[in-house]
Amino acid sequence: MAILQQFALLALLIIFCTSCKAGTLEVNSAEVGLNYSSKASAAEDTGTSTNGSTGGHGTSVITTLPIVIWKWPHVETPYLVALWILTCWLCKLVCELNHSITSVIPESGLLIILGFVLGGIVWGADKAQTFKLIPVNFFYYLLPQIVLDASYCMPNKLFFSNLGAILVHAIIGTCWNAGTVGIALWGCYEGGAMGNLNIGPLQFLLFGALMSAVDPVAVIAVFEEVHVNEVLYILVFGESLLNDGVTVVLYNVFDAFVSLGGPKINAAEIIKGIVSFFVVAFGGSFLGVVFAILISMLTRVTKNVQVIGAGFIIVLGYLSYLTAEMLSLSAILSITFCGVCCQKYITANMDEKSVTTLRYSLKVLANGSETMIFVFLGVSAIDKNIWVWNTGFILLTILFIVVFRFMGVFFLNWVLNQSRLIPIDLTDQFVMGYGGLRGAVAYGLAASLDEKKIPEKNLMLGTTLIVVYFTVILQGITMKPLVQWLKVKKATQSDLTLNGKINNRTFEHILTAMEDICGRMGDNWWTRHWNYFEDKYVCWLLMKSDARKHKDPIFGAFHKLNLEDATKYVTEGESKGSLAFIRNCDSASVDFKKKLALEYADIMPDIMADMSEYDFGIDNVPVTSVMKNPIPSVSLNIHELDKKSVSDDLNAHHILDQHLYKSRRYNRPTYSRSHYNTSENPDEMQEIFQRTMRSRLESFKSTKMGVNPAKKLSKHPKKDSTHKPNGKPADPHRTHPYGDEDFEFSADSASSSEIAGHFPRRNTSTPGAGVDNPAFIPEMDTSPPMRNPPWQTETGNNTAVAPSQRAQGRLPWTPTNLRHLAPLRMSTRSTDSFAMADASVDDETPEEKPGAHTRL
Amino acid sequence: MGSTNSTLLKIPNVEVLMQETGFSPAHIIRLHDRFKALDKEGRGHLCPQDFGEIKELAMNPIGDRIIGAFFSPGKETVDFHTFVKILAHFRPVDKDRPKEPNSPEPINSRSNKLKFAFQLYDQDKDGKISRDELLKVLRAMLGMQVTEEQLESIADRTIQEADLDRDDAISFEEFRKSLEKVNIDHKMSIRFLR
Repeated sequence: MAILQQFALLALLIIFCTSCKAGTLEVNSAEVGLNYSSKASAAEDTGTSTNGSTGGHGTSVITTLPIVIWKWPHVETPYLVALWILTCWLCKLVCELNHSITSVIPESGLLIILGFVLGGIVWGADKAQTFKLIPVNFFYYLLPQIVLDASYCMPNKLFFSNLGAILVHAIIGTCWNAGTVGIALWGCYEGGAMGNLNIGPLQFLLFGALMSAVDPVAVIAVFEEVHVNEVLYILVFGESLLNDGVTVVLYNVFDAFVSLGGPKINAAEIIKGIVSFFVVAFGGSFLGVVFAILISMLTRVTKNVQVIGAGFIIVLGYLSYLTAEMLSLSAILSITFCGVCCQKYITANMDEKSVTTLRYSLKVLANGSETMIFVFLGVSAIDKNIWVWNTGFILLTILFIVVFRFMGVFFLNWVLNQSRLIPIDLTDQFVMGYGGLRGAVAYGLAASLDEKKIPEKNLMLGTTLIVVYFTVILQGITMKPLVQWLKVKKATQSDLTLNGKINNRTFEHILTAMEDICGRMGDNWWTRHWNYFEDKYVCWLLMKSDARKHKDPIFGAFHKLNLEDATKYVTEGESKGSLAFIRNCDSASVDFKKKLALEYADIMPDIMADMSEYDFGIDNVPVTSVMKNPIPSVSLNIHELDKKSVSDDLNAHHILDQHLYKSRRYNRPTYSRSHYNTSENPDEMQEIFQRTMRSRLESFKSTKMGVNPAKKLSKHPKKDSTHKPNGKPADPHRTHPYGDEDFEFSADSASSSEIAGHFPRRNTSTPGAGVDNPAFIPEMDTSPPMRNPPWQTETGNNTAVAPSQRAQGRLPWTPTNLRHLAPLRMSTRSTDSFAMADASVDDETPEEKPGAHTRL
Repeated sequence: MGSTNSTLLKIPNVEVLMQETGFSPAHIIRLHDRFKALDKEGRGHLCPQDFGEIKELAMNPIGDRIIGAFFSPGKETVDFHTFVKILAHFRPVDKDRPKEPNSPEPINSRSNKLKFAFQLYDQDKDGKISRDELLKVLRAMLGMQVTEEQLESIADRTIQEADLDRDDAISFEEFRKSLEKVNIDHKMSIRFLR
């Protein structure tokens, strides 16, 4: 079946390809590649439009009004570009269809191979390669987003904690590779290994420089599939990213030397070259940081234009690239550092949706252009004109880049290991060396060589292509078996846990303290001082004030976990079709409902089951099985009501029900051009909150509480004491320290607990009898009073009101920071938090003491 | 070399100490210098005030707990041996060291590192991190950034995560389990002088 699909898609590809080609047959422009440079396309556009106008106006002496006309020249360029993009993406689709293939051959390799096929088709039709990867397009339209995406998604902390090693590899390693490959090739040439070529030593160095670009795209594509450990990953990834920048700089320096010509080069020029190397590299990085600061500051104020918030970052990132290019600084380094540095502040400043949007749009752009690059690396090869074969040159190049890469990596790691806390072990070093995949950057640089200065350009280009194929396909295929065979430490799949986060923090503090005690300025010293500085100044400058408050990673983790649980809960509830309030509540906005559902999810008993699975499932503890079935314990565990309190509750509920807020319906348009959440109305929230509080207060003036989870009571003697005077001092359970473990209830409570046994289910699943319905009284009797306090039980049925009421009860903060305040205690044993809260505010106005409610 | 030896000789039982902690003579000397520098009055032992004078340590939110870890209960002073032994917890694990089957677990083993962290939480030494104990640490570390309620719910959730026997506290065993996937050797080691 899958194979059939593949064939179908391939056929589709071929059709597309031929249609592309058909287009070019008409206009035989040699360079209608993908993505014209804007100038070129503008020129082309004017050209075609003049053509068109002449053509069109030529036919202006029409005899009759044409209904439709064929206007191919008008749309030709954008049409071809779009078609090629589609074709490339379809290629990716084909590659991904069959995972048994991609698990052997990396996707990048497959794409190149498909590129061969496409190139063959074009060649067969045109007898010339009309499409190829032009350096301008590559460097201005395809590369930036890939680098931006890679750097934006870089694990920040890991990157900066290994920055030293990465820089050493990227700068010294690259220079080493460039120098040695160039010199060694030149030596072999002098030795006569490659016959008669018109290449001087400087040209060899230039070639060495362009060959030293380890391609991040190829590397990430391969390494992501093999899941190596994170230190190795960040070293390879960071190195390949920065190394590109360094390579381009190096290339430019050598290129300048080549144009200067051998005899003019003296010591002063060489020194200038070295200086320019550093200025260009560090200047570019600095520019990137400046742009990162700009972006971060901008995101402080983009709240009102959320929809294009993500666009700002992409555009500014791109501008940082272009600006660096304009100033002849290193553009790749600029955009890299821009992405790495602004990430943290963007995430803090923008709301979650925008951050997700940004991530996705970056991924779309990056993945898209990555696919195109690989396909075009394949397409470009099918061109008779670029192939100048020189066996010696090609083989020696492959040999040297591999050998010198290994030498460089081993040597530098040896040096680094002298001072590393955790040395990089030998297998990791080997994989690092082997991971030196060359890719599109090398090709792009080779393609932009000037034929006038370097007569053997085509040989170099061809060799580069072969090296790319060799490394991406062959090394890519062998990488996975190699990693397995060498037993390289794989990444440990670690779940996000609060324990992990908190203890990480503790460990950091411990380590810095130990370093202080030893009187040593270690790595932790730097980290800590940076953090201090960042807290004090950088965050003040770059973060919104409310983001500053909530930026703590521990809290972030907590929030994320809660969101995860909530999402899980909603998904599960919906799959069971039991989220009655979602189904029935038809308030104006979907978002509103969703959000409330999220926020209030954790109160529901089912989430408890989820939670227990989530928390303990990992550890494979037998507890899981017990916890999976929360119902029996639930019904026992909760405060029971005596008969009197039941009737009290009924009254209370009547009152409550009458006063409950019926959410107002706003007739908002469902489509809004610039907002996607139209329903958050702070006033409404506020009102619901206040009214809820008031009605609850009233209802509980007269309500007696059952046994509260004593755990809590014991921890909050103050609240307990506020409760006692107006509660029921006679309740025997109140004095029991662990009420929830004590199941002998008083005689009158027995009836309700018995009933609870009959109705152990979540109350929301009971068909929604509105509270207005008098039937709610008998229902009240039967409903388990346990897990949710009675008012919740009831409101659970009143679907239009329930979410807001509960959510507000849960989260009585001001609506603006509702997002940040995750629901609180969720435990299989956190039985009835509400009872507690209410108990404590019985004699106080809720407005005065919202904390008591929020506590739970 | 002569000076090295003479310094070493001044420290009593230096051989035993090196054996137990795995520090090299250079480490010991370095630490001894530091010890003497901290011990301003030359009493041969340190008391909490000496630690308090390290001004970076005052910035550390859990600094006082860490200082407390140097003093065994009831004791007001710490001598050089104990000092070095505590610091030895943070020596990176050395892989090349031959493993002798009978030798006691080295101080810098994974579980010893964890124990050190654990006792920072467990201030009442009952072998469990209770909710209140966790809360105190969290309050110190998170400080102003979150409200008390959030702090409490974070603490609750943290305990739930680790709490396997449902006693609302984290025992050492549970602590160890919750950090099973964390590379303690990386995270609880500092580089002493080589």
